[in-house]
Amino acid sequence: MSAKRNKDIKVLQGNEACAIGAVAAGVNFFAGYPITPSSEVAEFMARHLPLIGGRFIQMEDEIASIAAIIGASIAGSRSMTATSGPGFSLMQENLGLACLAEIPCVVVNVMRAGPSTGLPTQPAQADVMQTRWGTHGDHAIIALAPSTVLECIELTVCCVSLAEKYRTPTVLLLDEVIGHMRESVTLPPPGSYHCESRGTPGADLDDYCPAACEGDTVAPLGHFGGPHRFHVTGLTHDKHGFPTMVPDEVDQKIHWIVDKIESRADELAMNDEFMTDDCDVLLFAYGSTARVAKASVRQLREQGIKAGLLRVKTIWPFSGKRLHELAPQLRGIVVPEMNMGQLVLEVERTIGGGVPVRRLGRVDGRLFTPDQITDFVTEELSA
Amino acid sequence: MTKNGGRFEVRLSGSGGQGLMLGGKLLAEAASVYDGKNTVQTQSYGPEARGGKSKTDVVISTEEIDYPKATKVDVLLAMTQVAADEYADSLKDGGLMIVDSYLVETVERDGAIQIPFTMLAVEHCGRMLFANVVALGAIAELTGVVDWDSLSKAVMARVPEGTEELNQKALDVGREAAMNAREKTN
Repeated sequence: MSAKRNKDIKVLQGNEACAIGAVAAGVNFFAGYPITPSSEVAEFMARHLPLIGGRFIQMEDEIASIAAIIGASIAGSRSMTATSGPGFSLMQENLGLACLAEIPCVVVNVMRAGPSTGLPTQPAQADVMQTRWGTHGDHAIIALAPSTVLECIELTVCCVSLAEKYRTPTVLLLDEVIGHMRESVTLPPPGSYHCESRGTPGADLDDYCPAACEGDTVAPLGHFGGPHRFHVTGLTHDKHGFPTMVPDEVDQKIHWIVDKIESRADELAMNDEFMTDDCDVLLFAYGSTARVAKASVRQLREQGIKAGLLRVKTIWPFSGKRLHELAPQLRGIVVPEMNMGQLVLEVERTIGGGVPVRRLGRVDGRLFTPDQITDFVTEELSA
Repeated sequence: MTKNGGRFEVRLSGSGGQGLMLGGKLLAEAASVYDGKNTVQTQSYGPEARGGKSKTDVVISTEEIDYPKATKVDVLLAMTQVAADEYADSLKDGGLMIVDSYLVETVERDGAIQIPFTMLAVEHCGRMLFANVVALGAIAELTGVVDWDSLSKAVMARVPEGTEELNQKALDVGREAAMNAREKTN
């Protein structure tokens, strides 16, 4: 018997898949500081980017890393960095700069157990709210969370695409399990992924408003070194990019950076559902936890409990649309998360007391087991 | 390969530096790239680069794999005493325990297969770092979880150039030791 190699099947690690997705999406600049459990993203980019004319820089720390990818983006690159909790904390200030100055860039955060140095090699999902609110001031953010290795490719492409389309930083939220997991994937043919581009400013050099806050689409972004002159600042600025304190202009700016994303929450929502058609108990989960929840749904169905799974791939902006639609058929919602209760707050806020919402947290640095979720559901329902 | 909805769970355990992660990766590649099955490999290790507990789970299935880690281990490889003690209970009833008898002195499990992988690696391949590949050869022979030819090809595709012969030897040594050990157990 002679085994044949199937060239389309690969066993890839989540972090590696993320880097492959980045390259497929045209990322040509990476600056970062290695940190477990994200380092494989940087390793891949360090090996690969020089081969395709891109640039990899290992920076002195994470503050410099995000500063570098913002700078590279302003210079016209598609840029990315990757980190974990401690580094993500350091990146918060400049994440806000990218939000306000509307600079496309991608931050990969492979979540590990914290706070502080925590457990470098163990999983958590405790940076969900830091992703949303970690930088100061009113702003919005786009964050996506894959559950499979193939989705690590797909959602990284989405992160690049959405960053370009909406001129905003985007965050790919992995957890240690997904980042380090190897999984067999059937790779799609090259060129399968579509990625949006930031627009090109018009020919009239004097008329260019790099920070216009009007209409349905964001202003195209010129690049430093190109023909269009523009100013970038972290001070609240007018449509020309220069600082302003005029209340109407300030108000318009803040509404703009929030609304361009929050008003599209339903449009940006990517979900996956399992056995929700007739379910009366809903598990709501994301990332690696959603894989466990899926196994629990199968267990609960075997026990005769009509369970279903709503898995969200888009964490931010949060869309309550499917929850609202499913609520009338539900007698309970269970939200397992590897934290003390974060995205469950959005579920509770959306449901508003209509259906009981139960949170199941786990913070011992271990992934849930299917039995743990199944037992919790049966106990909560009989109570 | 058996049941549990087509799901087969292998746990490779020992200490950092024994090549268990690589072993898991090779097993997963053999099962997927050559045997066409679904695989998921996860890992657990401490912050140390060498030493410290280390384990990897490889789940192989003809069906979708949702839960990525092992829960009812079909085959447990223990390459240290600590690992043998800690993970013996993770084996399901009727599961197979395989230990490196060069490093594991006491095994509290009936029917455990004992093979001195590390010693065999030194004897036949000149370096103890081949112990992981020797163990893979034994696992394939004892369980049939991956096709023998698939495993050999997966190993050859991954190892550094110039080490193919030694790695093939390591596989063969593991396979032969497994045959002998099985005869002794039966």
